[in-house]
Amino acid sequence: MRQPAAEAPEAGTRGVLSLRGISKTFGAVAALADIDLDVSAGEVLALVGDNGAGKSTLVKVLSGVHAPTAGTITFQDEQVTISSPAVAQRLGIATVYQDLALCENLNVIENLFLGQEIRPTRLNSVAMEVRSWELLRQLSAKLPTLRIPIASLSGGQRQTVAIARSLLGDPKVVVLDEPTAALGVAQTAEVLNLVERLRDNGHAVIMISHSMPDVRAVADTVAVLRLGRNNGVFPVRDVSNEDIIAAITGATDNVVTRRAERSGGAAPGTKSDTVPGGDTPPGEDDPS
Amino acid sequence: MTDTDTDTGTTAAAVATDLQDERLRRRTGVKGALAGGLDRIRGGDLGLVPVILGLVVIAIVFQSLNQNFLSSANLGNLLMESVPVGMISLGLVCVLLTGQIDLSVGSVSGLSSAITAVLFVNQGMSPWLAVAAAVAGGAIIGLVYSQVFIRFGVPSFVITLAGLLAFMGVQLKVLGKDGSINLPFDSGLVRFAQLDFVPGWLSYVFVVAIAAGLFGTGWLGARERRLAKLSATSTAVLAARSVAVLIGFGAVVWYLDRGRGIGWMFVLFVVLALLLNYALTRTGWGKSVYAVGGNVEAARRAGINVNAIYTSVFVLGTSLAAAGGVLAAARLAAANQSSGGGDVNLNAIAAVVIGGTSLFGGRGSAFSALLGILVIQSISSGLTLLNLDSAYRFTVTGVVLLLAVMLDSVARKSRASHGRA
Repeated sequence: MRQPAAEAPEAGTRGVLSLRGISKTFGAVAALADIDLDVSAGEVLALVGDNGAGKSTLVKVLSGVHAPTAGTITFQDEQVTISSPAVAQRLGIATVYQDLALCENLNVIENLFLGQEIRPTRLNSVAMEVRSWELLRQLSAKLPTLRIPIASLSGGQRQTVAIARSLLGDPKVVVLDEPTAALGVAQTAEVLNLVERLRDNGHAVIMISHSMPDVRAVADTVAVLRLGRNNGVFPVRDVSNEDIIAAITGATDNVVTRRAERSGGAAPGTKSDTVPGGDTPPGEDDPS
Repeated sequence: MTDTDTDTGTTAAAVATDLQDERLRRRTGVKGALAGGLDRIRGGDLGLVPVILGLVVIAIVFQSLNQNFLSSANLGNLLMESVPVGMISLGLVCVLLTGQIDLSVGSVSGLSSAITAVLFVNQGMSPWLAVAAAVAGGAIIGLVYSQVFIRFGVPSFVITLAGLLAFMGVQLKVLGKDGSINLPFDSGLVRFAQLDFVPGWLSYVFVVAIAAGLFGTGWLGARERRLAKLSATSTAVLAARSVAVLIGFGAVVWYLDRGRGIGWMFVLFVVLALLLNYALTRTGWGKSVYAVGGNVEAARRAGINVNAIYTSVFVLGTSLAAAGGVLAAARLAAANQSSGGGDVNLNAIAAVVIGGTSLFGGRGSAFSALLGILVIQSISSGLTLLNLDSAYRFTVTGVVLLLAVMLDSVARKSRASHGRA
């Protein structure tokens, strides 16, 4: 099922970020082995894979939390070492983590500007508040006030804050780790709109997702990881859900197809909205 | 405060950017501000309310037992007495805000007393040079702590417990055989800690300056917010606040001036508390300190140099502890083997916690050191007036500390159930 990772997604776009031969081992466990990945400006790359496939490890390599054991990272035609989150931020790689990494004791504005305050010696709270409202209105965020601690917000509201924060530094690459996993229907749509807006603004977006409809809705390219290895890169237009699921599970005869056959022979592509092993999005997420 | 007491009456057309959500309850004027404050307290966001109430209760109890307690002479003395340990508490606030602790501040202050006395008296150095050397010594200790903490990951509790013992030993060594060194009474250091009081007229100037400064910065801030189309505190509320400060502080100064007035040492303490408050609330460093205390992993991923923050708070903690030791030596006009010993350590920690800084990190303010040490010192002074010895003082202070931590825990639960941090 292995396919060469050689799709050039669109003519005229150039690669912003390329990974070659990235490996990461934790003791005896090879979490990532020989990963290649390319993403271009104005492209949404969906990164899919079963639990334990190494998606989150790859995100941590990109964001400077873990240093890769081997391999090279090329960012805007220059080979770089992402040694810390601060370096990643300076380069222009912004990451929204699955656990969001927000400080619950700080309020929304303080969280948005954490580590990148305007005028750090005499905080310009007015400018930060104005910019925060701008950003959050742009994302159609439903926050009654920004001066409450993050602890008071619902999961969806926190997700919005985390995404808004990633956009502050005007990044070239935005990495979203399961951005819609905890969101309600409307907020999921908002996040997907936002992902498209990022692409239209020329950002490169890497989105980890378990949700096939979300992947099909916004992604240009799907890269599949399986057990820490590349298992195919497909342009979304030309690939069926069966192929993606087969690449994820490693076989055309898998638990998803068998389940589909049992329940009346419908094609898995139309029946299963969620990739096997993925977290089913919890239903509603209304703040009130 | 800024959320509730807003100026919405002036322009009906444009609602401020931060008040457009229909779920927000509109509250205006002084009444609205009070209602909002009451809501926050019910939600477990107690702020400085418990410690201020505590001070009032202590004042009533001791005044009814001994009518000298609230005399200007005793209050003036109480303020001066609270400065050395208060200084130590100020540094501890920073350490506690990051969720760490420094148990060795007493020993460090004792060592710094000893260094000051030895360099100044025995070696004949200039007193200011001796003070600088003592404070620098404190800073170096903090640097060592932070390096051990960062590089080896030893819990700060253990590092500083080791420091507690080790620096007590160094202090004895520095003092040598005599074990006690007296500072000359005519030296500037001792005069500063015992005899230098702010002249009456200047105290009033300070009060007016504080009130005017409060109004000025508030008004400028409000104007900036209105220009940016955000809600802002109305001028009436700002003026009311400044007038309240003017009358309140004015009355305090007038009353203290019946006695000896306000000591310069206490002024220094208040200025340092204000500076620290500014650093914690209005700088990127301060936000980083709170962030590290709230969620260190989030802080690291936000690009904050977490190790630098830990280093800065440990160094600040031990430097201010050393400064407190210098002032303690100056106040006593001596450094001896018991300098910084006894209950100094726990009083400093208790003051910060009583003042409302959480032991769990990420919550508190610079003023908690100021108010907390006033509680501790009031209890100590009141019990001394009643001729009760340190047996009672230790016990009462211990009970008050326990009450403060219990309040902190209860408030935490209440915040959780009301959806606040």
